[in-house]
Amino acid sequence: MIKTFPRGGIHPPEDKISAGSPIRELPLPKTVNIPAGQHLGAQADPLVKKGDKVKTGQLIAKSSGFVSANIHSSVTGTVAKVDLIMDSSGYRRMTISINSEKDEWLEGIDTSNTLRKNITAKKEEIIEKTREAGIVGLGGATFPTHIKLSVPKGKKAEVLIINGAECEPCLTSDHRLMLERGEELMVGIRLIMTALGVNKAVIGIENNKPDAISHLQSLIGDYPEIEVQPLTVKYPQGAEKQLIKAITGREVPSGKLPIEVGAVVHNAGTAFAVYEAVQKKKPLIERYVTVTGKNLSTPSNFLVRIGTPVAELIEAAGGLPEGTGKVVNGGPMMGKALNSLDVPVTKGTSGILVIPEEKSFRKPALNCIRCAKCVSICPMGLEPYLLRAASEHKKWDMVEAERGMDCMECGSCSYICPSGIPLLDFIRLGKSTVSKIIRSRKQ
Amino acid sequence: MSDIIINSIIIVSAMGLAAALILFLVAKKFHVVEDPRIEQVEEELPAANCGGCGYPGCRAFAEALVKSEDISDLNCPVSSSADMEKIASILGKELGQQDPLVAVVGCAGTPDHRPKTNVYDGARSCTIESSLYTGESGCPYGCLGFGECVEACNFDAIHMNPETNLPEVNDDNCTACNACVVACPRDIIELRKKNKKDRKIYVSCINREKGAVARKNCKVACIGCGKCVKVCPYEAITLENNLAYIDAKKCRLCRKCAPECPTNAILEVNFPAKKKKEATAG
Amino acid sequence: MDKLIVSPSPHYYGDYTVKKLMYGVVYALLPAFLVSVYFFGIGALIVTAISIVSCLAFEYLIQKYLMKTEPSVTNGSALVTGLLLAFNLPTNLPWWIIVIGALVAIGVGKMTFGGLGNNPFNPALVGRVFLFISFPVQMTSWPTPVASRLQYTDAVTGPTPLGIMKEGLSAQETVPQLMEQLPGYMDLFLGYMHGSMGEISALALIAGGIYMVFRKIITWHIPASIILSVLVFTGILWLINPYDNADPLFHLLTGGLMLGAIYMATDYVTSPMTPKGMWIFGIGIGVITVAIRVFGAYPEGVSFAILIMNAFVPLINKYVKPDGFGEEVKNG
Repeated sequence: MIKTFPRGGIHPPEDKISAGSPIRELPLPKTVNIPAGQHLGAQADPLVKKGDKVKTGQLIAKSSGFVSANIHSSVTGTVAKVDLIMDSSGYRRMTISINSEKDEWLEGIDTSNTLRKNITAKKEEIIEKTREAGIVGLGGATFPTHIKLSVPKGKKAEVLIINGAECEPCLTSDHRLMLERGEELMVGIRLIMTALGVNKAVIGIENNKPDAISHLQSLIGDYPEIEVQPLTVKYPQGAEKQLIKAITGREVPSGKLPIEVGAVVHNAGTAFAVYEAVQKKKPLIERYVTVTGKNLSTPSNFLVRIGTPVAELIEAAGGLPEGTGKVVNGGPMMGKALNSLDVPVTKGTSGILVIPEEKSFRKPALNCIRCAKCVSICPMGLEPYLLRAASEHKKWDMVEAERGMDCMECGSCSYICPSGIPLLDFIRLGKSTVSKIIRSRKQ
Repeated sequence: MSDIIINSIIIVSAMGLAAALILFLVAKKFHVVEDPRIEQVEEELPAANCGGCGYPGCRAFAEALVKSEDISDLNCPVSSSADMEKIASILGKELGQQDPLVAVVGCAGTPDHRPKTNVYDGARSCTIESSLYTGESGCPYGCLGFGECVEACNFDAIHMNPETNLPEVNDDNCTACNACVVACPRDIIELRKKNKKDRKIYVSCINREKGAVARKNCKVACIGCGKCVKVCPYEAITLENNLAYIDAKKCRLCRKCAPECPTNAILEVNFPAKKKKEATAG
Repeated sequence: MDKLIVSPSPHYYGDYTVKKLMYGVVYALLPAFLVSVYFFGIGALIVTAISIVSCLAFEYLIQKYLMKTEPSVTNGSALVTGLLLAFNLPTNLPWWIIVIGALVAIGVGKMTFGGLGNNPFNPALVGRVFLFISFPVQMTSWPTPVASRLQYTDAVTGPTPLGIMKEGLSAQETVPQLMEQLPGYMDLFLGYMHGSMGEISALALIAGGIYMVFRKIITWHIPASIILSVLVFTGILWLINPYDNADPLFHLLTGGLMLGAIYMATDYVTSPMTPKGMWIFGIGIGVITVAIRVFGAYPEGVSFAILIMNAFVPLINKYVKPDGFGEEVKNG
């Protein structure tokens, strides 16, 4: 049976034009810029300084707190500088630049492609190895994974949900991963299940990826505790709360975490990274990235070292086409537009999308005609038109009372609005202001 | 016929009487005893409800004035000092000494000085653009130019100059109510001491990046070279995080610092033109 | 383009525009318009043309010279208002009354509140009700279908089925007697009866409604709730006394019910935002309509019912909220 979440949702054009191109390894870049803060939470503390020699996989910045993650070198070479460099938001962040010389991995890392199916690691060891490898949620939220692997006291995890929905249009990196590294993914899922102490896992996949669904279904004979669940193609199917609702039928209460209903969600890419960290001792220094766009000559899926400049990815996919207006880090619905192509690929980069100029500008905003389309498509059951008006008129208490903080910024409202009103821009403004107010209230 | 008229008159009057009685009783029951001086003080306040005093509206400020023992910290920036003294005399309390202040815009990055590196196409709001990224120029500190400060101003004292795309303060109208300072997501606007003839010398830049980076993005950025600090005879200039700051309280408007600045980031406003250039050598 | 464009997400935008939605309504109204032209001939063409032209002209003039804004006549909303106003008028109405109706609809109904998106009442209905109250004679003489195809103001007129019913019942006749004087259900369904220009053919109106629901221009909630509540309310009355009360099917097929339920009540600006609110709104319209038709002085009450419920829309929007995700306590 094909499942979906019941409330709201939209059907943007899928544009998964790179779905058929197998993953290629990108040539090593000459220089990598590895930001010390690629994850949610505190930025890592750099351990190296200018002139240091580093090897591939070597720890170069150490996790600096509970919510933080280790950073490893993705190349072998010399540290060129440790300085503030522009990141994808344009602001300057602490970044370690390394001039790449060769690709010599740190001893003990298994770089072969042999499958290591046999799980020997215990619960604590899996969590520890995940933490050491600096793994974060690879779907884009970049929350440190080791925290999500340990179930908080007093709570019980019942089911592990693996997010293979890839509901963002254009992106295909998870799709290719599930097709090409399915077996490894299964082992990774088993590792996460061991860490969480659950005995059931469900992989949710939108049914626009029938090859991935049938491939994984052919594998589950050896993994009877893992289930493959086809999902309707609907955005935002891959949002954590919507995915849990679709698969288990349970609703995560407002303001609570999924563990509240006994579910833990991990991205397919994250499960693969856990496999590599535990079974192969390989830290998170590379990831799958889709480089796509209608005018791009060869839309592709690459295996990319963290820190590679975006410009090199686009070059490898055929170069920046004439008349490009926008380059987006991520998918078209939730991705971030870049203001420069020099920014590096980070742990959260799931795709690079090149949009032609004629499709880059928004529609001019007109009056709200109160068509109620934003209300009917909001997957969280909010009233975006109202939240936007409240934000615009600085009625922050109204934003809070109308449950503005429940908004997950999926962008469906801005997408659907016939008047071209940037609803989400204003709701975001309301959310950030209200969270400031809530924080000051707690003090 | 006359029955109808008489009946209507009786019924309507009875209803009116009953309603009046209810209103009277309710007013009696819920009557709140209030210090009459609050009303008096509120009368004297400008009723702009701008929040410049730090209280939500003039009424709340009036209550604060009446309730607090010591009102030397309380000041309405909009009222003239004569008005404030009148309030003090109503309350029989001592006023604090307040320097008049004026809002000053700490960014001089016109499009010529600060070239665009990209095009922004989001909601036309400084706060939204600022939370998204650095803005259309490379400077992460500079003015974004959508004029949220202008919207915040209740006194028509700040306007966008379409040529420079920067806000400009009208010193005569500015009451130093702080609304624009709060509105600016980049904290570019500062309240500084008001000098005679609205003269002012200030660093029109708040970029804390290293000199080379700041200079690359904006020709009039403060590069933190420290020349002005050395030349200041009154120790009014401090250098912190690659940024010079002139303390308006210590500054005596001697104008020694401005010519030293290699990027012209120190602005002199409303001074007479210098008669002749002093020795440029050295 | 040497500079990249930066904007907050999302970077894809849907196909909906105000213009597309408005023209979608116009397309949906076309079948009903063609039926009207078939039955009422040149009268229908003249009334529609005058109504649309004057609505567009008033919108343009008011925006340009009074509000001093960029005129937005091309977005189709004035076209829809003009078309709907025409649909609500008898086809023998003199041209100057139509122009006054258009002025009231656009000027008073829409622009005084700030234009599209801000008007609390359906502009076309404001225009219609104004004319109905100001020119009761002209507004309640309906040309005879087919027979008056080639006549405009000099058309032969007659009462609507609802009018016959109201008159007859107050003259102590019974419903079965009256039904014999009226056209059959098939004629009512196809539109072969006296009535305002666009309201006659339930078939064409429903076809347009299905098209609009299919194209996601409107949702089914408001039409369904109005039709259902009329069905239930008149059904109860009919079951109680079939001699004094017409049957539900008669109520559904006559008067402006279909036009009102599918096209007037579903006006975006003046209808509630949530499905629950739409149900309340629709049931209110249905109940008030039947109350006016059965107990009131007028034979027809759809336009009054919609205007009355329009006034409740802000209240409904304030208190009827969508079910939030994760709001109710589930799973124990």
